[in-house]
Amino acid sequence: MEVAKLTNVTRVYKIGEVETRALNGVSMAISDGEFTSLVGPSGSGKTTLLQLIGCLDKPTSGSVIIGGQETTNLSRNQRADLRKGTIGFVFQFFALIPTLTAYENVEMPLLLNGKTPAQRKQRVMELLEAVDLADRGHHRPDQLSGGQQQRVAVARALSTNPKMILADEPTANLDTANGEQVMEIMKKLNKETGVTFVFATHDPRVIKYASRVVTLEDGVIVKDTKG
Amino acid sequence: MINYFKLAYRNLGRHRRRSLLSALALALGTALLMFIAAFFQGEMRSSMETTLKLNTGHLQVRDEDYDPDKLSVAWEYLIENPDQAAAQIESLDPVLAATPRLLASGIVSVRDESAGVQIMGIVPESEANAPYRDGIVSGEFITADDREGIIIGLPLAESLDLRAGDSINLLVNTSDGDVDEQQFTVRGIFTTGTSAWDKGVVFLPLAKAQAFARAENHASIIFVLLNDREQADEVAAAIQGEGVVVKTWTQMNELLVLVEDFSNAYLAVINLIVLGVTATVIVNTLLMSVFERTREIGILSAIGMKGRQVIALFLAEASLLAFGGIGAGALAGWALSAYFGKVGVYFGDLGIGEQMLLEDRIYTYLTLDSAVSLIVTAFLVTVLASLYPARMASRMEPVEALHGKQ
Repeated sequence: MEVAKLTNVTRVYKIGEVETRALNGVSMAISDGEFTSLVGPSGSGKTTLLQLIGCLDKPTSGSVIIGGQETTNLSRNQRADLRKGTIGFVFQFFALIPTLTAYENVEMPLLLNGKTPAQRKQRVMELLEAVDLADRGHHRPDQLSGGQQQRVAVARALSTNPKMILADEPTANLDTANGEQVMEIMKKLNKETGVTFVFATHDPRVIKYASRVVTLEDGVIVKDTKG
Repeated sequence: MINYFKLAYRNLGRHRRRSLLSALALALGTALLMFIAAFFQGEMRSSMETTLKLNTGHLQVRDEDYDPDKLSVAWEYLIENPDQAAAQIESLDPVLAATPRLLASGIVSVRDESAGVQIMGIVPESEANAPYRDGIVSGEFITADDREGIIIGLPLAESLDLRAGDSINLLVNTSDGDVDEQQFTVRGIFTTGTSAWDKGVVFLPLAKAQAFARAENHASIIFVLLNDREQADEVAAAIQGEGVVVKTWTQMNELLVLVEDFSNAYLAVINLIVLGVTATVIVNTLLMSVFERTREIGILSAIGMKGRQVIALFLAEASLLAFGGIGAGALAGWALSAYFGKVGVYFGDLGIGEQMLLEDRIYTYLTLDSAVSLIVTAFLVTVLASLYPARMASRMEPVEALHGKQ
């Protein structure tokens, strides 16, 4: 079953008089449970593609269907609702809310989804254990290492049981050991829960974990390898 | 539901000094406005009470041709046999005191110094003369049958270097257009705390004043004080008589009523200016916060926070700032108003005329209504002002915000 389907997607950025074609007629589908890497050099369009799949941005033309729903005509709030229940994000810069503890960061999407305190507590503890940070729940981000912060971000991304996790350069700011640890955790969660992972990366350490590698160059898919 | 206030509290705690300074600006603005409101209200209250108590009363019964500016004692402008009418008026329930007064113009002279005064013939024992009787600072008050005694105000006594027991010459314009002069003994010196009034008025017993000004058995006015000044129109309607007019305090103090209305408008403008400035500080603080937290807003948006929830988050921060700042300011403003309500602020003789008497010391007076209305207004202005940065945050496109672009 497809969790995301893009058809002939183009994204043009206009800065002043200059137009930049970040994606040019891209079509692809992502199936349930995939562990996919979007790879390519800087400026190839992989982050833009990830943002469109994540409903953070709208294409200039083409169709983006997420979980069976066409997203290109959705309002800002409708896109927020779709993200809230369907998609989890992990960013390159350990994107945690600095004033919240690790526990509260993981809890935030559950709050936005209207879960009860008991449901939230159970889910947050489960996830902190899954990323091996059960004893760091009360720590603020500035009291955690980069690897720990990224693991909290992974736990947060998983908190609402999304169909898909999108990760933009998740290991870019981590040393080898921490990068490996984060990837191992994500791979394990992919296997155990069946959640789909899509990465934008050019880190070979990430690519080696992928079950599918989609290569982009100058806004078009030049190679799509599975296996 | 998200605990916006918990998040807001922590966000404010990130930049404690900045948050404290913003709250301080609000506190200072609120305290200042509260004190100004208390000062204006105290001033207007004092002015109204003093003017009514000393000069006009709540009602005055006059001959229909009497002109209070001329102080004429010609019989055709006076009320004949005023004692009986005053007694009848005083018997009415809403009336605290009703007493005849003869008002004449005169000159006090001592050695080679002189001063123009209003000579007031009064019934000494009347409740309406309590401010003078209770305000005696030297000597004693006059009695009804005193034929040589006079009461003068403290500023006049000081300017003419007079003490109780000293003699003065008093010149009066009489009813037949002549002048008469007689020597009086200063029985007592009074102060009402209103130098502008005290320096220009002297008191004689009514009978003596009538004889002196040749206005036998006549009075210029019947001075009436009510238990509740709001009943003035009702009582005025009840005591109308042939050949006389009854003036209410609002008719006699049009300028003062106008000034009171104007002072409310003036206060509203000051409120607007000060609150505008403090609101700008809050907007600035929140705008800085929005700019600094652009990426964070992007993250919240990416995990599904809607625009109205982002607005709620920033409004919660503004509300907390407002709660702390306005709360502290209101306490400080109340404390200042309470202190100066007891000790007063000394201004001395402001030289304002009889139409608007002011005590030398103004006591601040803060009503609950005005305090609550100021607090509510300040809170609303702050929260409304914060809508701009809050909406700005809510309208950020997540993809741009995540890259730190506003």
